[in-house]
Amino acid sequence: MTEQSKNFWAGVRAEIPLLIGVFPFGMIYGALALNAGLSNLAAQMMSSLVFAGSAQFITTQLVHDATPGLVIILTIAVVNLRHMLYSASLAPYLASLSMRWKILLSYLLTDEAYAPSILHYEKVGSQPFSHWFVLGAGLVLWTNWQISTALGIFLGKAIPDSWSLDFALPLTFIAMVVPVLKNRPMIAAALSAGVVALVAYPLPYRLGLILAALVGIVVGTLLEKNK
Amino acid sequence: MNIWLVMLLGGLITFGMRFSLIYLFGRFQVPEGMRRALHYVPPAVLSAIIFPELFLRNGEFNVTLDNHRLLAGLVAVLAAWFSRNTLLTIIIGMLALLLLQVLG
Repeated sequence: MTEQSKNFWAGVRAEIPLLIGVFPFGMIYGALALNAGLSNLAAQMMSSLVFAGSAQFITTQLVHDATPGLVIILTIAVVNLRHMLYSASLAPYLASLSMRWKILLSYLLTDEAYAPSILHYEKVGSQPFSHWFVLGAGLVLWTNWQISTALGIFLGKAIPDSWSLDFALPLTFIAMVVPVLKNRPMIAAALSAGVVALVAYPLPYRLGLILAALVGIVVGTLLEKNK
Repeated sequence: MNIWLVMLLGGLITFGMRFSLIYLFGRFQVPEGMRRALHYVPPAVLSAIIFPELFLRNGEFNVTLDNHRLLAGLVAVLAAWFSRNTLLTIIIGMLALLLLQVLG
């Protein structure tokens, strides 16, 4: 086996435990996207155009609530800002690659591909072919996401409206937010954002959402500083 | 705005974030203040979405027992707190809502 394929398959193997966790969410996303009114094709294409789990769930919720496009895009930008951190953290290891490789690996740089990749780099350092590891991890995750989305779209059609499937979205967000409420600044960020979202709800274009998110971020950051 | 345009621009922005510092390596670093603020993005954005979904019914503030989504949401908060399991939280929350709808 060449060094390239050895690294590639090591990346695939490192990703497999994560795939098991991600697969049901691809399915849930696919089913919910239909429920929110997206076409089959749009629901499927979002998984390759955006290719970011939490942003896709949030976009689905906002489409369901008839949010203006610009506000959706702004929300996606805020939610995905964290990817700049991943980008910064992998940058030194990818510095010598060609522009094509940098573009390809950036496209594949999700939370779940970043985690095994950075662990790998921290263990072995920058080897001549270690970018193939990132490719393996990213590509198998990408494939898994497309297949699970398609399956969710397929199964979503069979679920009756009376099941209130749209409620699974806020439930997903609850499941994501509760575990991070570990200290006072985090709790304050969540509560202040939630209260502002309620008070500012009548604002046009659902700008209350953006305002609430910004208030929450500022409150959390300030409280952390004053600790 | 057309959903395709939203997805295309949302995708380009997402790619841009992922590509940004890989591209700019050595020329720009994430400022410490921004690094810290990013920790608060998930609780802030997610709560800003969750609260109206639970507390508002048809745009009106509703904290009565008739608000099934609020009650089921609180059950889900407890489930998430004790289980730390996303799938289990969704299942318990959905069951709570269906049960309330059947009873109510």
